[in-house]
Amino acid sequence: MITYTDACRVINDSRDEAVVVTTMTQTKYWYQISEHPDLDIGIANAMSKASSVALGVALGKPERSVICLDADGSLLMNFGSLATIAGMAPENLYHFVFNNGIYSVTGGQAVPAPGVEYAKAAEACGYASVYRFDDVESLDSSLSEILSSPGPVLIEIMVKGQPQAEGIDQTWESNAKMPLQLRTLRKRLTGADDWGPGGPYL
Amino acid sequence: MINGVLHPKNVIAQLVQHGVSHYVTLPDSETAHMYQALMDEPSITLVPVAREGEAIPVAAGLFVAGQNPVISIQNAGLYEAGDALRGLALGIGLPLVMFIGYRGHNRKGDTPDSAATILEPFLHMWRVDYFVVESDEDLDRVPLAFELAAKTNQPVAVAIGTEYAKSDKAIGAEQGGAQ
Repeated sequence: MITYTDACRVINDSRDEAVVVTTMTQTKYWYQISEHPDLDIGIANAMSKASSVALGVALGKPERSVICLDADGSLLMNFGSLATIAGMAPENLYHFVFNNGIYSVTGGQAVPAPGVEYAKAAEACGYASVYRFDDVESLDSSLSEILSSPGPVLIEIMVKGQPQAEGIDQTWESNAKMPLQLRTLRKRLTGADDWGPGGPYL
Repeated sequence: MINGVLHPKNVIAQLVQHGVSHYVTLPDSETAHMYQALMDEPSITLVPVAREGEAIPVAAGLFVAGQNPVISIQNAGLYEAGDALRGLALGIGLPLVMFIGYRGHNRKGDTPDSAATILEPFLHMWRVDYFVVESDEDLDRVPLAFELAAKTNQPVAVAIGTEYAKSDKAIGAEQGGAQ
C-alpha cells in the first residue's frame, strides 16, 4: 500500500509544467505538496467530474500534459468517462486513480464492489496503456517514463483507506475557491485575463 | 405539431460565425441529422460523451484551456446533468451555450412526454435563461444566446423544439442508394 503523501510527492517530482486536476481526498494531500498552485484545479463542487474536466483541458491544450488525481469512489460515479476519454484518445492525459476501496470523506463506508480493478477497466475501454502500483518504490522508478509516453494512460495507485472525519478541503470555502482557480488557470494557459465574474461566488 | 424546418447547415453556420471550437454531445433521435452534418464541418471538433453529465465538465475544461465549446444534449439528459450544471456552469460562472433537445415539444402543452412538460419550469427553477428555436426562422435567437452567455458569464440554453431536417448530403446519399 502507498500513502497519499508519498504518492503525491512522487507525482509532484515528475510533474514538470503539467496541469493537475484533483478531487476529494487527493486535493487535501496535493495542496500540501504542489509547487505550482497556479496550474492546479481542485474540483470541489461537482462530485466525480474531475476526469471530465481534465479531458476538456487536455483536448483544449494538446501541447501540455494534464494529470488527473481521481479516486475509486469518484470514478465509479462517472465510470462512462473512461470510454469517453478512450474515444477521444488525448495523448497528453494521465489519469491517476487512488484506490482505497472506501468513501474516505463520508466516514469510510465501502464502495460498491471494492475489488474493481480500474487499470483493467481502462485497458478494456481502450486507454493507450495502464499501470497498477501498490508500492511507492515501483511508482517512483516508473513514473517519469510513464509521463513521457503517449496517453491516455491510467495509473491505479493502491492506497490505504482511512476515514477522514475532518480536514478534507470540501467545504463551501473550497467551492468558492474553485471559480477563482479556474480563472487563474485560464489566464495562465491563454495569457488572456478575459473571464469576468459570474455565479454565486464571484 | 411544429410547422417549419430546421436545417443543420444553418445552425452550423451560426456556430462557425461565433467561433465555436468544440461540440460536446450525446446525440439523440431529434439531433441525429445535426450530428451527421457536423462530421463534415472541419472547424468544429465533435466530442461524444458517454453520459450527459460529462458534457458540462468537459466544456468547462475546454473553456479553461482557451477553447470555445458548446454542448448539445436532450432535455432528459439535462436533468441527469443537474449537478454538473449547478457546480460547473452556474457555480463557476461559465459562459456556455447549451443546445437542449426539446423532446416531446408540440407547443400545445398537452404532450404526454414529461421530458417536455418540465423543461421550461426546470430552466426557470435553475435560473437558466433560454431561447426556443423551432425552425430556421428562429435562428436569429442563437446570436442572442451567445451574447447573453458572454455578457452574464452564465450558461444559456437554446431549446431545439423540432427534429433537425436531413442534410442535402444525407438526402443525396439516400437517393443515390435507391438507384
